[in-house]
Amino acid sequence: MPTAIEIFKHLPKKNCGECKNPTCLAFAMQLANNKAKLDDCPYLSDAGRNALASSSAPPIRLVRVGSGKNVVDMGDETELYRHDKRFFHPTALALRVNDMMSADELGKKLGHARSLRFERVGQVLKLDMIEAECRSGDATKFASFVQSVASMTDWPLVLRCKDASIMNAAVAVVKDRRPLLHGADESNVKEMAAVAKGASCPLVLCSADLGRLADLVEMARKEGVEDLVLDPMPATMKESLERCTVIRRSAIRKTFRGLGFPIYLSTPATQEGTLMALTAVMKYGSLLSFDELPSAQALPLMVLRQNIYTDPQVPIQVKADLYPVNNPGPDAPILFTTNFSLTYFTVLSDIEKSKVPVWLQVIDTEGLSVLTSYSAGKLTAEAVQKALLASNAKERTTKGVLIIPGMVARMSVKLNEATGLKIVVGPKESSGIPKFLRSMNG
Amino acid sequence: MAEVPVPKEKWTGSIGEMELGCTEAGGGSRATVTVGGNKGLPFLSFEDGPRRKIALAGSVSDSLEDVPQAIRAVFGEDVNDAVSWAKAWKAKGADMICLHLTSTNPEERNASTESAADTVAAVMKAVDLPLIVYGSGHEEKDAKVMEKVGERAKGERLLLGKAEEGGYKSVAAAGMANGHAVIGFSNLDINLAKQIVILLTDYGVGKKDVVIDPLMAALGMGLEYSYSVNERIRIAALAGDAMLQVPMICDCTPAWKAREVTDEVPNAGETAERAIWWEGTTALAALLSGADILVLGHPDAMTLARKAISGLGGED
Ligand code: B12
Ligand code: SF4
Repeated sequence: MPTAIEIFKHLPKKNCGECKNPTCLAFAMQLANNKAKLDDCPYLSDAGRNALASSSAPPIRLVRVGSGKNVVDMGDETELYRHDKRFFHPTALALRVNDMMSADELGKKLGHARSLRFERVGQVLKLDMIEAECRSGDATKFASFVQSVASMTDWPLVLRCKDASIMNAAVAVVKDRRPLLHGADESNVKEMAAVAKGASCPLVLCSADLGRLADLVEMARKEGVEDLVLDPMPATMKESLERCTVIRRSAIRKTFRGLGFPIYLSTPATQEGTLMALTAVMKYGSLLSFDELPSAQALPLMVLRQNIYTDPQVPIQVKADLYPVNNPGPDAPILFTTNFSLTYFTVLSDIEKSKVPVWLQVIDTEGLSVLTSYSAGKLTAEAVQKALLASNAKERTTKGVLIIPGMVARMSVKLNEATGLKIVVGPKESSGIPKFLRSMNG
Repeated sequence: MAEVPVPKEKWTGSIGEMELGCTEAGGGSRATVTVGGNKGLPFLSFEDGPRRKIALAGSVSDSLEDVPQAIRAVFGEDVNDAVSWAKAWKAKGADMICLHLTSTNPEERNASTESAADTVAAVMKAVDLPLIVYGSGHEEKDAKVMEKVGERAKGERLLLGKAEEGGYKSVAAAGMANGHAVIGFSNLDINLAKQIVILLTDYGVGKKDVVIDPLMAALGMGLEYSYSVNERIRIAALAGDAMLQVPMICDCTPAWKAREVTDEVPNAGETAERAIWWEGTTALAALLSGADILVLGHPDAMTLARKAISGLGGED
């Protein structure tokens, strides 16, 4: 939002009060604080409305690729640093296939793309898009290739081709999937923009020079395309970090509209390329496209994305409750842990490994790990007793045993007093749980 | 052509520059490294003129309780002896050695302070790189170990770890008496990071002799907390907070505690390769959020860190 003074310039200055503010200036101040709507003033001119509507647009445009349930949203970020609030739209990852591949190669690569799917701390980490590239230079061939990729997958698509007429033929087959078109540069921007406009698809603009990139934005908008994505074409990690930073900062700090769009990067299939991709997850990349994405590198990349895009105010948590694991009966012991997702899922998987039936009581520690919540005074004997009462745990089992994390062995006495249960100190690391539980059982 | 507004931040502060190690000319017997000195956020050449200098330290322990299997495997026999291990790191291109005197832990081997100092002396004799030295993490014993080690290495300008809010005086004293720098450790919190620097400097340690360790949490293990705490520390320092204008050390070896580094994970490739990227990714997050010294466990992760630094235009 612009400042109150900038807004005031566009208001009718009648001071009539119909907006429920005594003066136009007071109304401008409300608008600047997002406490009023433009429509509240019945006398605003069209010119004024347009000027204000566009200057109050978010500094980085939200661009949606795909259709129906299969969509990827990018952009609409408001921060330079995640600690200032949070980053909103996790960097999307795309794998590239091309129309010179055999059916067999294509099938294999799509299979690999599907296999890049992991569950971690209760969330699914996966690849987001497929990029279909034209290497044949043949419009019919590319269109039928795109058709077959589309029929084999649900993913939102990127179409990559420099020739507008070839692109046009391919877009025609998958128009309703709203693919992202890559891309326009100085040589073809008019023609590509016409294709994007005709099919209402978002368009990537490519230039290694940020000034020219802003020019391309201007040209594409003149042709009527607003959903734009920027490809600053870095060749090195340094260029990638610096260009992405300049784009993000000028959009957010200077409200520079010319670069207020999500960023696309194509990363080389080398170690440097993967390092570039990791850098872009931390520093402002919206969509990364890979020629190859080896499995052993995909997981660290996706976990980094999961970490960086976590809301700094809210750790990933699970519901505090009593969870039966491995079909426990009344003679199974109770174990407790915290509701921090990382802690809970680590412990859960080790208990499952043991195959020993137990009741797992999760304590609400506001999403903190065992030692962190203990140090912060949130994991107390009273909190454990309260949780056990709330979940009726002690009525579900007659065993009378509570197994506690080894890291908080020092809570034993207090826990025994508070809960009346026999306290058994478990191992410090949950990897020790299977052995520990099996030995307890006999 | 459209003019792009140059979004430079107007920083008023800079990170202090520090030399570690000491050459013969200065009365020591080893190479030096210079860290810090930055005037802008990491690797942005439009903000910070001179290139960035980062030191990569190879981790060595004098007993193997905490050493992951994969690291034992890559160094082979060399892990059984701190001297050979340090030599192996030098051959693999480390800028510094980070020596953990874990054998001194009274709850395990309880090696004497004398033998710990001997180990340090032997490593110093065999390898002429600047040295970071940690005890075993046992507060009372570490105080004695550091006193002895500090004395024995007088004039070599080691970096001694680690001074914590609860008991920083002995490490600080060992540093001050013998010309070493010290690591001020704090727990993932910008205010605590500042607090330990204040405590150390009030006690008499020069600001030019302090490196902060804000605790680097590994990928998947709270990395996001560290990334943001480090970044906030750097921004506050550049914006003028004098007590945070010291170099930062990030130990990336906790990456080896993540289960993805040791367990098979379906569809996630070879565990060995994934593990290298786990530590390498942790290192990259440390670099981009402001680290000046990285401690690394695996040589291939060091190679990744090295590639990242040169790819980002830092000196190597
Ligand atoms: C990330 C982190 C934070 C994050 C919070 C992350 C979170 N959501 O919990 C933040 C930055 C907020 C934080 C803050 C603090 N932290 Co902190 N933090 C860490 C760190 C780096 C990782 C914690 C973690 O995620 N561990 C991973 C999880 C999975 O571990 P876990 O919950 O313990 O679970 C394991 C075991 O306990 C066991 N287990 C779990 N449940 C069960 C159940 C049974 C039955 C069994 C048998 C086993 C078992 O299995 C799990 C896997 O092995 C650790 C250091 C470290 N490397 O461990 C310090 C650490 C836990 N923090 C510590 C401290 C002191 C604090 C603060 C008090 C300091 C401060 N800055 O004020 C604050 C308190 C927070 C507050 N005031 O609200 C200390 C605790 C000291 C101690 N020994 O008691 C630690 C150990 C760091 C240190 N070395 O000093 N912290
Ligand atoms: S309704 Fe419009 S013209 Fe009237 S006071 Fe409000 S802003 Fe001014």
